Amino acid sequence: MNSWSILSVVTFLPLLGALIIFVIPGNDQTAKNNARMAALFTTIFTFFVSLLIWFYFDNANPGFQFVEKYEWLGENFSYHMGVDGISMLFVILTTFVMPLSILASWDSIQDRVKEYMIAFLVLESLMIGVFCSLDLLLFYVFFEAGLIPMFLIIGVWGGKRRVYASFKFFLYTLLGSVLMLLAIMAMYNVSGTTDITRLLTYNFSTTPIHFWGLTIEGGLQTVLWWAFFASFAVKMPMWPVHTWLPDAHVEAPTAGSVILAAILLKMGGYGFLRFSIPMFPVASDTFAIVVFVLSCIAIVYTSLVALVQEDIKKLIAYSSIAHMGFVTMGIFTATAQGIQGGIFQMLSHGIISAALFLCIGVVYDRMHTREISAYGGLVNRMPLYAVFFMVFTMANVGLPGTSGFVGEFLTLVGAYKANSWVAFVATFGVILSAAYALWLYRRVIFGKLEKASLKNIVDLNTREIAILTPLVVLTILLGVWPAPIIDVTAASVDQLLNNYKDAIKAAHDAAQLASN
Amino acid sequence: MPTSTASFLGAYNSVLPEVILVIGAMALLMAGAFLKGKNMLFISLAAFSILILAAVVLYMQGNGTTALFGGSFILDPFARLMKIVTLIAAALAVMMSYDFMSRANLWKYEFLVLILLATAGMMVMISANDLMALYLGIELQSLALYVIAAFNVNSERSSEAGLKYFVLGALSSGMLLYGASLIYGFTGATGFAEIASSIKTAGPSLGVVFGLAFLLVGLVFKISAVPFHMWTPDVYEGSPTPVTTFFSAAPKIAAMAMIIRVLYGAFPGITPQWQQIIVFVSIASMVLGAFAAIGQTNIKRLMAYSSIGHMGFALVGLAAGTQIGVQSVVIYMIIYAIMTLGTFACILAMRREEGPVENINDLAGLAKNDLTMAFLLSMLMFSLAGIPPLAGFFGKYYVLLAAIKADLVPLAIIGVLASVVGAYYYLRIIKIMFFDEAAEAFVPMHATLRSVLVASGLLVIGFLAYLGPLEAIAGAASKSLFN
Repeated sequence: MNSWSILSVVTFLPLLGALIIFVIPGNDQTAKNNARMAALFTTIFTFFVSLLIWFYFDNANPGFQFVEKYEWLGENFSYHMGVDGISMLFVILTTFVMPLSILASWDSIQDRVKEYMIAFLVLESLMIGVFCSLDLLLFYVFFEAGLIPMFLIIGVWGGKRRVYASFKFFLYTLLGSVLMLLAIMAMYNVSGTTDITRLLTYNFSTTPIHFWGLTIEGGLQTVLWWAFFASFAVKMPMWPVHTWLPDAHVEAPTAGSVILAAILLKMGGYGFLRFSIPMFPVASDTFAIVVFVLSCIAIVYTSLVALVQEDIKKLIAYSSIAHMGFVTMGIFTATAQGIQGGIFQMLSHGIISAALFLCIGVVYDRMHTREISAYGGLVNRMPLYAVFFMVFTMANVGLPGTSGFVGEFLTLVGAYKANSWVAFVATFGVILSAAYALWLYRRVIFGKLEKASLKNIVDLNTREIAILTPLVVLTILLGVWPAPIIDVTAASVDQLLNNYKDAIKAAHDAAQLASN
Repeated sequence: MPTSTASFLGAYNSVLPEVILVIGAMALLMAGAFLKGKNMLFISLAAFSILILAAVVLYMQGNGTTALFGGSFILDPFARLMKIVTLIAAALAVMMSYDFMSRANLWKYEFLVLILLATAGMMVMISANDLMALYLGIELQSLALYVIAAFNVNSERSSEAGLKYFVLGALSSGMLLYGASLIYGFTGATGFAEIASSIKTAGPSLGVVFGLAFLLVGLVFKISAVPFHMWTPDVYEGSPTPVTTFFSAAPKIAAMAMIIRVLYGAFPGITPQWQQIIVFVSIASMVLGAFAAIGQTNIKRLMAYSSIGHMGFALVGLAAGTQIGVQSVVIYMIIYAIMTLGTFACILAMRREEGPVENINDLAGLAKNDLTMAFLLSMLMFSLAGIPPLAGFFGKYYVLLAAIKADLVPLAIIGVLASVVGAYYYLRIIKIMFFDEAAEAFVPMHATLRSVLVASGLLVIGFLAYLGPLEAIAGAASKSLFN
């Protein structure tokens, strides 16, 4: 399978599509349609090519597969790509969500269509690159470069307060990332490499550092862990650095929200799994409690905040933060269930949140408002829509039989093993999510259709059904049969955990030795 | 006697580029006087060709190191690279000035003569290996620059800029001379190598450190680093835009090369002492460059603060005091020149029927009127802000890496935080171009400006393609300083 570089192909196919759109001449209706079609074909084709990765993926192999490596600047910087059980499914998720978001923008974007499609395709390339890169600097380049298209998507095609939201998004994320950049340089400085496969086996020092009269316990590992944490916590986002997300979600166009919720947030969780846990195990162990506390606050607090929202998108945005709280909690329990659950929750949330934002987009395209109070009784005019929305609402609540349940359950089991109080608090989040999601559903869908403006609203058209159907199928399929996901991740997660436990044990032994 | 002529030419081969520039300047002066200001295009082309010819001659000279005039003038790979970059930057500034100057009725052949003389001064600065040669180069450059800053005699602001630059420049020259005399007094030498060996044998004396501090005041003034930056915003704003374009790239590169050579050639023995000064100047420049630019509305003023911040970043690499530190500064300066020239191509193209405009808000909605220009300028802005995979990111990456390797972690942290603050005002320009309602369109961009913009945009976007060779060239250049 290595005879053709499948990962590079998948990564750069969208970029090729963007180039093709770039050379489409003219700016009339035909050119716009051509741009849409080209973008759709590119993303669908990329999706099918990426399915080959899954097809040829060896579930039993915990290491990196489909590896490509080209020297670039000698030791400094190599073009190194590869996927393992942790990252592979995120690539598929990205390529899966992309065609849907292109379709979702079909009618709602009429202004600067070519540029819009180019921005999305470039963004897709960069997102896939993040999940495939096995070189820290390459990872950072992909990770940061994604800010450029997303900034433009929010700023050019966004809502009323788009300028504020795009600046907040950009600067917040940049601030977190630059600290990670310094950490990357420090890692390169001590280990002499930026190659992730080699860094995974490198032992970063835990000897205390004395610095300007301060002593940093846990030494370099602690410093690096916090630097990476700053970046991923913002991206995730974790409480209290989540405030950019509701703004960005509300102002972004529908497809922008979809990408943001389904994929960009997952980069934070992926980062924890790829870097924080395996590279800084001792620090991860020490600060797991911090993550637990922040996750619990995120789960309970943002769920409460979601209850009082008047804007549908904002409500879903806060619910996303709560769901990401389960992910961070699960990952740092360092149990098989917790990590598997975290990955599953991320993938499932990628599908459900994408679906919810698409559902909001459906009514927004018709009514041009996202105020909950502007709706009510939609079931009378849009029965099909009500059914779709119902499934996704239930999945968001975490009802058994939907994919939302599996992830939440597994993370809670993991949390219970690690610290039963954490599980106790986090479970409130499940109840609260039922409260805000069902209440939202009741206010928007049920009741009498009283508002004059809603009298003529029409049900889903074929395009919208085509977008939502695959999401419904996946939500239910993964809810009753999670094995395909779990099987892919199992081997890599086991290896991750074994290495993690060994490292913790070695550190404890060393500490014991020192104290004797 | 042909053989002795040949050997004479051979011996002075190393100064051939400077000779070409000076003779070229004289020839242009004659030509301009006889043509009585006609044939503008011919004279501009001639000035451009002279600069490029000097760069080609330098390139043809290979990789050796030669010292001339009793060791006071040195041509090594480092000098050669920095000179070629300076010459290209100057040539592009000449090319970009043509359209603006002729439209503004400012075109006079003396402008090009002065640019050639200033560039000759920069060449001497880069090659100076002796305090006397250093001063000679600086003054030749500065006197020419004072005049062209005030080139628009009908504009009060231009005259004010020239006067301000002259007064402050004279002050800094005085400081520099005072420092040089202290250093001479305590080491008994003016040659960099002799100073270095004297410090090595006698140890660092307080007088030398004092002398170096004064010397650095004069040198840092030339790269407009804080706290000697006050002239920059006024001169950038007041001078005619082509002059600002010229100021923004070539003299900065030459001055930075000169600082590197002084510090590494003459004062490697007291690295810890000058390191403190450079760290302070660097932090102050980065922070001021980031914060002071936020409130600016004039794009030339904004670029002045931006250049202050970027000089601060380049000094981060210098502060490391290592070979890879110098390498990172060289890479940074080359990237900086590419970005800043591209940006000024856009600023020069900001022109409506009634004349040039300089307010940032005049860029409003540029994406609707001229998408290519808006796109390339936004890429330059993202690059100036240091976002990967654009060139500016790698510039910052290399200097910060050098700082971290030299254990200057706090400096690196302040640097990245300042870059986040700085990102705000670069984003603001992008916001104005892409998010705001379209203002009146600019007149079409002149071909010279567009070609510079496209070239620099492509170099910034496709940076990864030539990062390897650039790193190798900068590495070879910086190694020649450490032999």
